[in-house]
Amino acid sequence: MLLIPCPWCGPRDEAEFHYGGQAHVPYPEDPSALTDEEWARYLFFRDNPKGPFAERWSHAAGCRRWFNAVRDTSTNEILTVYRTGEERPAPVEPGPAFSARPGVPPLGEFEDEALSGPTGRQGAEPPGGVEGAEPLQDGTGRGGGVEPTQPFRHATRGRIDRDTPLTFTFDGTEYRGFRGDTLASALLANGVIQAGTSIKLGRPRGIFSAGVEEPNAVVQIEEPFPEPMLPATAVELYDGLVASSLPGQGRLATAPDPARYDAVHAHCDLLIVGAGPAGLAAAAAAAGSGARVILADDRPEPGGSLLDTGEHLDWVDTVTARLGNAPEVRVLRRTTVFGYYDDNHLLAVERRTNHLGAAAPENVSRERVWRIRARRVVLATGAHERSLAFADNDRPGVMLAASARAHLHRHGVLPGRCAVVLTTNDSAYAAALDLAAAGVGVAAIADTRPEAGEWAERAREAGIEVLTGHAVIGTEGDPRLTAVTVAPYGETEGGREFAADLLLVSGGWNPVAHLFSQAGGRLRHDDALGTFVPDTCRQAVEVAGGASGTPDLAGALAQGAAAGARAIEAEGYTAETPRLPQVPAPPRPTPPQHLFTVPGRDGAPRFVDLQRDVTVDDLARATGAGMRSVEHTKRYTTAGTANDQGKTSGVLASGVVAELLGVDISALGTTTFRPPYTPVSFAALAGRDRGALHDPVRTTALHEWHVAHGALFENVGQWKRPWYYPRDGEDMKTAVLRECRAARESVAFMDASTLGKIDVQGPDAAVFLDRLYTNMMSTLKVGMIRYGVMCRLDGMVFDDGTVIRLAQDRFLVTTTTGNAATVLDWMEEWLQTEWPELRVHCTSVTEQWATVALVGPRSRDVLGSLAPELAVANDDFPFMAWRETTVAGIEARVCRISFSGELAYEINVSPWEALALWEALYEAGAPHGITPYGTETMHVLRAEKGYPIIGQDTDGTVTPQDLGMGWAVSKKKPDFIGKRSYARADTARPDRKHLVGLLPEDPGTFLPEGTHLVADSVLPAPPVPMLGHVTSSYRSAALGRTFALALIKGGRDRIGERLYAPVGDRLVPVTVASPVLFDPEGARRDG
Amino acid sequence: MADIVLTSTPRSPLGGAAARLAAATRTSAGAVRLAELPFLTQVNVRLDAKGPAADAVGLALDLALPLEPNTVVRTGELTALWLGPDEWLLVAPPGRERDLETRIREAAGDEPVSVTDVSAQRTTLLVAGPRARDVLAHGCPLDLHPRAFGPGRCAQTTLGRTQVVVVARDEPRAGFWVLVRSSFAGHLADWLLDAATEYV
Repeated sequence: MLLIPCPWCGPRDEAEFHYGGQAHVPYPEDPSALTDEEWARYLFFRDNPKGPFAERWSHAAGCRRWFNAVRDTSTNEILTVYRTGEERPAPVEPGPAFSARPGVPPLGEFEDEALSGPTGRQGAEPPGGVEGAEPLQDGTGRGGGVEPTQPFRHATRGRIDRDTPLTFTFDGTEYRGFRGDTLASALLANGVIQAGTSIKLGRPRGIFSAGVEEPNAVVQIEEPFPEPMLPATAVELYDGLVASSLPGQGRLATAPDPARYDAVHAHCDLLIVGAGPAGLAAAAAAAGSGARVILADDRPEPGGSLLDTGEHLDWVDTVTARLGNAPEVRVLRRTTVFGYYDDNHLLAVERRTNHLGAAAPENVSRERVWRIRARRVVLATGAHERSLAFADNDRPGVMLAASARAHLHRHGVLPGRCAVVLTTNDSAYAAALDLAAAGVGVAAIADTRPEAGEWAERAREAGIEVLTGHAVIGTEGDPRLTAVTVAPYGETEGGREFAADLLLVSGGWNPVAHLFSQAGGRLRHDDALGTFVPDTCRQAVEVAGGASGTPDLAGALAQGAAAGARAIEAEGYTAETPRLPQVPAPPRPTPPQHLFTVPGRDGAPRFVDLQRDVTVDDLARATGAGMRSVEHTKRYTTAGTANDQGKTSGVLASGVVAELLGVDISALGTTTFRPPYTPVSFAALAGRDRGALHDPVRTTALHEWHVAHGALFENVGQWKRPWYYPRDGEDMKTAVLRECRAARESVAFMDASTLGKIDVQGPDAAVFLDRLYTNMMSTLKVGMIRYGVMCRLDGMVFDDGTVIRLAQDRFLVTTTTGNAATVLDWMEEWLQTEWPELRVHCTSVTEQWATVALVGPRSRDVLGSLAPELAVANDDFPFMAWRETTVAGIEARVCRISFSGELAYEINVSPWEALALWEALYEAGAPHGITPYGTETMHVLRAEKGYPIIGQDTDGTVTPQDLGMGWAVSKKKPDFIGKRSYARADTARPDRKHLVGLLPEDPGTFLPEGTHLVADSVLPAPPVPMLGHVTSSYRSAALGRTFALALIKGGRDRIGERLYAPVGDRLVPVTVASPVLFDPEGARRDG
Repeated sequence: MADIVLTSTPRSPLGGAAARLAAATRTSAGAVRLAELPFLTQVNVRLDAKGPAADAVGLALDLALPLEPNTVVRTGELTALWLGPDEWLLVAPPGRERDLETRIREAAGDEPVSVTDVSAQRTTLLVAGPRARDVLAHGCPLDLHPRAFGPGRCAQTTLGRTQVVVVARDEPRAGFWVLVRSSFAGHLADWLLDAATEYV
């Protein structure tokens, strides 16, 4: 959502504004002097440049002022705004793009530091309390469900609450876990690693990660409420959870979701996304400054990768406690920032009660969408480990190395008994050492690099065999992994087979640059890291830690603290230097090897996108078909299009395609990152905008009476208007005929309060209305009323209504119900942008007045009985006059207006008094059988008289002349809006469509609205020439038959002609008639 | 037309919702206060802020019309809200519309001013209590933090899908006035009651 700076109100959401097109296109001084082409050019032609463009905007939902803005059409950046009437300022340059890491030189310049490698408190600890770390031999991948113990649970490790055991069910088997588990970790603790089958090939797949990047373990939640396709690695365990594995595709719930969902708007000086080491350091630097800070993290507790590695937990606790006590700091847990939009507007979803299962309180929203407007943003979103494309790399038991480490440190879970490691970089060593220390047997580390440096030495010291220059060429298992074959890199046969139930893989790290990219930020390829990192962005955002490509902990902490400090200092606050943990110097790093595919056994698939079952061979088919862009290979193979959005496979796919094409990955780039970062449920996005709250309902002061008297309602814009009032057992047809008869034969009344009303005041009010309406308003006398038509510049009718002259300098204008706001905006647009010299003000008074239409030959009797001071005789109170008086003791303005052709009044009172008036009329009219009527009867009555409804009988292509209202178009006024267009050749064509009446030859045949009309009784071969269409169609009590209004080519010249209306498979003969079918001489108007 | 002779009890747009608003206020145990302030006098004034009428009207009302956008000036029972560079809304206790209009027109003399009684055009909701800001944040995109929207501030904006005028009341804890078009008032009351669900 853009922020548009109103010159008066300051920056506001773009939703408050209306666009008004190109600025500085003045109304021609003398339109009549223009040729048709010049006039058309003014009307229809506008510039469409790429780059800065001066355009008009109206702050419609705010101060209602029109102003000009220069917007860069290629970036949507608003370069400047200025008030109407002011000159366009000198060209403004677009703002600069900011570095994602300001103050930090490009990586190559301090390579040593940047490449100082992953850290870890290395495994000096004795092995933990798991007995018999032997490979699983049953090979089922299914743990002992009946066993209450959790055989793969470490006795002491992890942050789980062992005092809160939880029971859950997966695929029909009951298991135990602990509070603090994810569904995935609890399954692993029970020895279950297979969590589904793949979507295309049906291959068994296992838990692959420990976070939102999970491609395999995407499960269906069955209880307490069904939800499809959730990564088990991100589902917090709760008591009573029932889930099942999926064949790659879930099922939507069939029952309505009983939970609440809501949204909130939030504003802050600094939003920090991610509460890992960099994010926490940024928050610590900002927390005490008084700046408003939001720290959002998608996990249940802050800590990020520190919780994955089990390091510096005391510092995490200290900072977390401090943030909790800082008054202007808000820590949002379980909150995923999923979209980054214009002007630092970010959307996040907070999972508030999901983790409580059936214990979730009903009055607390289950999920909440946060709409955050941040002055500054620090993205500390970390990095995702990526896999490698090696042979049979999809067996349950293959897992990202750091994820296995995370399962150990977060949940005290050993993902297997005996592991083999495949890596291209240092980071997997720390995982291997930690797991070994916890009791996992690490059979071997296959490192594709020829040298593995100090990390390898450490591994060897811990008794782990390190095979440099080796890779995995194949795996065995049915379905769970039982063996891994390792051979020198490049070989595809032979090798050594290791028994293993776990294969840990690390192909390198991808900064989580999704949000940065969504923000419009550019990524660049970092040749040292071998991946894509944030580069520059126009928005006020910095990236810190792993998300910026900083792989070491000390660097991430320092970078985070600096980014947090810079952000709040830019907002005028004073940062503090936070205490950061002392990070021991890690082993000397060895540069990673940049490779994506590993040659393997012939015929074994090498998966790139596990969730879409896309292999290296699939990508080879895409490049073989000539594709050269990763956007194309993505669409051809579907790689990266599953609901994990390719978090672990995206860069891998780019790397594979680069290898296939023989180009460098830096030349290919990544596919586009689009919101949402992770899937967001429609229920959360809908929030409370459901059911009755979905769209505002507007009601009049009489609404409750209508409801109590059985009215059925019609939606007119947002208004609820009574449609008709059926009596016992009546259908609509019978009720409407009865209501029409009452209006034509005795007296009826309706609630007309919804008509738009605009008070137009000022010395130039009459001049203004003369320019706005096609007919003359300045000659209207005070105390009188005139019907008026308003057109757009193209001469097409856009509204009609009555104009009441209240005083020499004051009018009350009425508009159609649906158009009130549009007409007021139209008036303001002309006053503010074209005619600022006119001393006129327009104020909406739609709800200031309640209006009751009193209609029928007996209406004068009813009014007279309630308005003793009013002389109601025709001569005293003529048609199109208004009077102030009291009706039923209520101050009222009574207008003699008729929209039915009958003697009729419109009585305007305060809405506070409307019910009293209505009930008085009901009572006084009872002797005459006064009948309330709704919009349907109103439509029949007006259609019998040929009065059009703008928007029903017109569609923006209809002139007043087309409607037969040439009489309402002034020939005396020198100019008015639309006048020039009536001289255009097109508006003078004789075959324009005219509004006419239609009488079906069978008086009982009803023509559906929208029915086309043709000339012949037999349809010719297509294309069939269409003459027009039915715009209104009714049954008339007064005429005793059906009738319709229609727009027909040259219609007025066809009166008396027979045409045909295709209805279903029949051609219904109809006769063209004058639109005025009832009382054409107007004898009934005066009673 | 301004002075209405009341022959029956006038009915405000949210008269029918009063019990539900009161119940929510009660059950929230002070966290949220919701109530309609019905029948307040509301007069829309349009004049040239730089012209002589502005000063004359200010003197007559004993209140300088606010010139800073989105601010409020109060004197006694009279409140003037900035709605636009030449537009203000005067809010006063019920029944003052005739008096205000007369004073303004007399003060302006021959200078063009527009004065329109809009007392029934909008009704006023009181949204107060410690959770008032949280309730409004469910649908109001503006920053209502006291630093950005403290006493003396007002704004025309949207709440949910309804256009409103929000006014920060003088006392920091006194919450907000939300002025809403009468036809939308029932919807907005439903919306507010639903937004307050978590706090009641």
